[in-house]
Amino acid sequence: MRLHEYQAKEIFAEAGIPVPESQLADSVDGVLDAVDEIGYPAAVKAQVHVGGRGKAGGIKIATSREEAREAADSILGMDLKGYTVDRVLVEQGVDFVDEYYVGVTMDRGEGEPVAMVSTKGGVDIEAVAEDDPDAIAQEHIDPAFGLHPYQARKVVYDAGVPAEYARDVSSILSTLYELYEANDASDIEINPVMITSDDDVIAADAVMNIDEDALFRQPDLAEMEEDSYQNDLERKAGEYGFDYVRLSGNTGIIGNGAGLVMATLDLVDYYGGTPANFLDVGGGAKADRIGNALDMVFSDENVDSVVFNIFGGITRGDEVAKGINEALEDFDEIPKPVVVRLAGTNAEEGMEILNTDLVQVEATLEDAVQRAVANAEEVAQ
Amino acid sequence: MSVFVDNDTRVVVQGITGGEGKFHTEQMLEYGTNVVAGAVPGKGGQEVAGVPVYDTVDEAVDAEDANASVVFVPPAFAGDAVFEALDTNLDLVVAITEGIPTQDMAKVNKRLTEVDTNLIGPNCPGIITPGEAKLGILPGNIFEAGNVGLVSRSGTLTYQVVSNLTDRGIGQTTAIGIGGDPIIGTSFIDALEAFEADPETDAIAMCGEIGGEDEEQAAKYIAENMDTPVAGFIAGRTAPPGKRMGHAGAIVSGSGTGTADSKISALNDAGVPVADTPSEVAEAIEEFL
Repeated sequence: MRLHEYQAKEIFAEAGIPVPESQLADSVDGVLDAVDEIGYPAAVKAQVHVGGRGKAGGIKIATSREEAREAADSILGMDLKGYTVDRVLVEQGVDFVDEYYVGVTMDRGEGEPVAMVSTKGGVDIEAVAEDDPDAIAQEHIDPAFGLHPYQARKVVYDAGVPAEYARDVSSILSTLYELYEANDASDIEINPVMITSDDDVIAADAVMNIDEDALFRQPDLAEMEEDSYQNDLERKAGEYGFDYVRLSGNTGIIGNGAGLVMATLDLVDYYGGTPANFLDVGGGAKADRIGNALDMVFSDENVDSVVFNIFGGITRGDEVAKGINEALEDFDEIPKPVVVRLAGTNAEEGMEILNTDLVQVEATLEDAVQRAVANAEEVAQ
Repeated sequence: MSVFVDNDTRVVVQGITGGEGKFHTEQMLEYGTNVVAGAVPGKGGQEVAGVPVYDTVDEAVDAEDANASVVFVPPAFAGDAVFEALDTNLDLVVAITEGIPTQDMAKVNKRLTEVDTNLIGPNCPGIITPGEAKLGILPGNIFEAGNVGLVSRSGTLTYQVVSNLTDRGIGQTTAIGIGGDPIIGTSFIDALEAFEADPETDAIAMCGEIGGEDEEQAAKYIAENMDTPVAGFIAGRTAPPGKRMGHAGAIVSGSGTGTADSKISALNDAGVPVADTPSEVAEAIEEFL
C-alpha cells in the first residue's frame, strides 16, 4: 500500500526529518488560503499515486497569487494517468543548490533491508541504477540489529556527500530506517533530499510503501488504506477480500491460487484474447465467496465473457459449483457467457451439480480458455 | 528415493488445534504421514486426531522424536513459530501460513544462515513424496510415485502440472511448493540441487512466476551444475508492472526486473525449454524420459 506524499511527510516531520512548510487543499480557495500563509514561491502538487507527476503536469510552481490560482485550476480535477486529482499539497518553494537520494528498501535477493544514498538525486533513481549503478552507494542491514550509526555514516561517505552535509544526511537516513522498521514499510525514500541555499538539508519529496501483510499491526496506517484504491472495482474487491487487479481487456477471469490465475491470464492472451482482470478467490472458497467473485467480474463494464478455473486442493469443486449455480440463478438472463472448468478435490461432484443451462463446461484449462476467448470475441462484435 | 521427506520423517504440527491445522493433520495422517505431535502454547495435554499436543516444539521433539515441523499458525504469530522451530534444530520446517510480514521473514532469513535446518515456504502448499509422506495442504490423490521432481512457487499451478503429468502416467519423486513470498527459505536452486543429487529423479519440472530474480539465478545454476533435464513454466507474462498479482512476491518492478521475458530467456539460454501452456510442461517432460 502506497501512502500519499502528504501522509508520508506528516510521518517524516513527526520523526524530526525537516520538510518544507505545507498545507493540504481540495479547492481553489483552499489553495489560495494556503499560499497566503506560506508565501512565494510555492509548489502546488497533485496527491495521487503516480510517479512522474511533474512531467505529467501534476506539479506547478506559483510565484504569485494569480499563478497559484491558475495552478489550482489546472491541477484540481485533472486526470493524471487514470487518477482524478481531488487534493493538492501546497508547499513552500525551496531554493536549492544540490539534490540527493536517500532510501531504504528490502533486497529480495539477499533477504535483508538495504540503505541507499546517491548524490544523483532529483531524477528517476531506477534510471540511475540502470545507467550508473556505482552512483548509488548501498549498505545491507542486519534486521536483528538495525542500521548501525557507523553504517549510516559509511554509506553517506561512500556516496560522496560533501563533508559539511554528511552529518545531516546520515541522521536523516538513520531516522528513515527507524520509520521503515516501525511502520513495516516495504520502501521508504526521499528523492530529493535538497541542500538549500542556506545550507539546510530538507526532504522535498516523500515515498512510503507499506507491507500490506503487516497492516494488522499498523492500525493508523490501515486507516489510510481506503485512500489507496484506484477505482470502485478495486474498492469492492477490498471489501470482499479478494486479490484483484483490473486490466484493460474483455475476458473476465476467476480462479484460485495466484500462480494458476496468472497462468490463466497468460493463456487468454496466448489464444488471442485480452484479460480483463486478475481475480484470486483464495483457498477454501465457499459458495457465497464464489457468488461475490461473479458479482465483481460482472460489475466490470469491459467484461464480455467469463472463465472460471478452479483446481481444488482445499477448495472443493462441489462448493464452487453450488456458488456458481446460486449466483447465476438470481439472474433473469445471464449477463455474460460463463465457461467453467473444475479439477481436483470433488471436481466430479461439482461437474454433476453445475447447471449447464446457465454455464458452459470444459474439461481442460486450455479448452475452457479457448472457449471463453471465442465467447468474448462473439459478444464484442 | 526422494528429497527432504520420506517414510521416516516424523512431523510435529504447529497450530494443530486451529481449524486448518486440525483438518490438514487428518489429511496428512490419512495420506500415511508420520504426524507424531502437535505444538500449541497452552494446549499441552490435549489430543487432536489421536496426536498428542505439547505446549512447545521443544517438548514435542523430546517426547516424540520429531525431526520436521509444519506451521499452520496465523500470520501475526507465524514468524515466532518458525523461530521456535529453527531453535529446536529440526531437519525441516514447512511454513504454510500466507501473509507473514516481510520484515518478520527478514529476521527469520537471518537466523536460517546460523542453523542447519531447511525451511520450505512460507506461503506455500508444502512438500510431498508420493506414497510416503506429505507435509502441507497438497491434495494427495493427484500425485503418483515416479521419477520426476517438481518445484514451484505456486500451489494450484503445481496441482495443474502434476495432474497433467499423472494423466500421462508420469509419476513424481517429490514435489515442492517453495512459496510465493518475497523472502522464502528453500529456493529454486536449493530444490534443484537436491533433485540433482537424487538418483531416482530423471527429470525436473520447474514452475516460476514474475518477481524477483530467483528464476534467473536458477537458470545460471542449471547451466553450470546440472545434468538432469529441466522443463520450465513461467506465470505472469501478461502482468502489468507495479501490480501485486496475488502473491506478495509476484510483482514486476517499475525498472523492468523480474519480468516473465527476462526469466524465460534466461532459462532458454540455460537449455531449459519453457512451455507456453501448463499442459506443455508434461509434454516436454515426456520427451526427456
